[in-house]
Amino acid sequence: MRHLSEEQLVLYYYGEGDGSPAVRAHLDSCEECRTEYAGLQRVLNVVDSAPVPERGADYGAQVWNRLQPSLGGRRRWTFSILWPARHWAAAAVATTLIVAAFLAGRYYPKAEPPKTANAGQVRERILLVAVGDHLERSQMVLVELVNAHPDQALDFTSERERAGDLVAANRLYRQTAAHTGDKRVASVLDDLEPVLLEIAHAPDRLTPEDLEKLRQRIEGDGILFKVRVAGTSVRSREQKALPSAGQKTL
Amino acid sequence: MELTDSVAVAQARAGDSGAFRILVERHSRNLFRLAYRMTGHQEDAEDVVQETFLRAYRQLAKFDERASFGTWLYRIAANCSLDLIRVRKRRSEHQEPTPEEGAPDPIRLLPDAAPTPDRLALSGEVERKVADVLNSLSEMERTAFVLRHYEGMCIDDIGRTLGVQPNAAKHSIFRAVQKLRRALEPLVTAS
Repeated sequence: MRHLSEEQLVLYYYGEGDGSPAVRAHLDSCEECRTEYAGLQRVLNVVDSAPVPERGADYGAQVWNRLQPSLGGRRRWTFSILWPARHWAAAAVATTLIVAAFLAGRYYPKAEPPKTANAGQVRERILLVAVGDHLERSQMVLVELVNAHPDQALDFTSERERAGDLVAANRLYRQTAAHTGDKRVASVLDDLEPVLLEIAHAPDRLTPEDLEKLRQRIEGDGILFKVRVAGTSVRSREQKALPSAGQKTL
Repeated sequence: MELTDSVAVAQARAGDSGAFRILVERHSRNLFRLAYRMTGHQEDAEDVVQETFLRAYRQLAKFDERASFGTWLYRIAANCSLDLIRVRKRRSEHQEPTPEEGAPDPIRLLPDAAPTPDRLALSGEVERKVADVLNSLSEMERTAFVLRHYEGMCIDDIGRTLGVQPNAAKHSIFRAVQKLRRALEPLVTAS
């Protein structure tokens, strides 16, 4: 007698497939398969024991109340989830301070030496934090694309919007890095920019072929590796640029 | 008379936010359950529900009216959950475990006094084991299994939700069940 396969038993357990009567008949007459099926049932029944926290009848209304203010605007929830609020706050502060530091440097170049040195340190650290965050965010977008399932179409809206945001920031940081003489960071950002642009201008849904091309582009240029290495280096310098550390370029 | 999903979708597309509200209120609890099964965290599941509806709202014009709105929402929620799981994995890969996290669970060191299934369930060991195995599954296996086992979705719908052929969805479920059996059978048999 030919016994039932594990696949047949799983399908039977879930009521799938059109062979249920035949499987039932076999189970009635085969002790070995019955034992096997009982084992499967025990395991899958145990899996059900993991509880889910209950949500009340008004949960939908609560969700709506939280959701409604966002529906009219262009707030990007995906990003807010993938990138925690504290990072947003840090980025906002960093960006404000960068602009302030830039303007201070531009319009008050002849400040007293001790104050200038201090401002330089602060400015350097702020830039490192901002560039480090930028590289981290860029890396997240690239990793998500590289790790996307190769055989299925990909809803690309979220990654595309994030890449669009990153392009403008990348341009600013690249120019700043070039201006401060940090050739290595400037070079990585220079390589990153066309990749981000390509992602930002991709269609909403990527076919497996589009995705593969993009993946080859990312992997072929080694851009993910470069971004990762530059990010680690910047983070390390960020730590060293704490108030007691000496001055360095971006 | 209660609006059907398809009527509510059509009205929401025409700019009726009240119709979209009906869809949100109707599907939130199911989405939370799916998101919790996928992520294993209440807070993450809450975020996934919010994000799912926001993405759905922004992509409403692209929704094919011939399809099921619920299945479409499930697909978005499954993708949002996977996004979150990926990010969480990446973050944990970059963080060294604290001594507390690295230390063995003291409960596991206690002598095993012939546990019954009830006791096992009560002690949470089975739940932990199930959670461990689910976390070890590939994204496709986990999603397909959650949709089939917990949500009762048929294999064809799972394939549509994941954007794969039914056969691929079916094999993902098999692999997930096999891994669960390997991990849980000794525990269940011993009890």
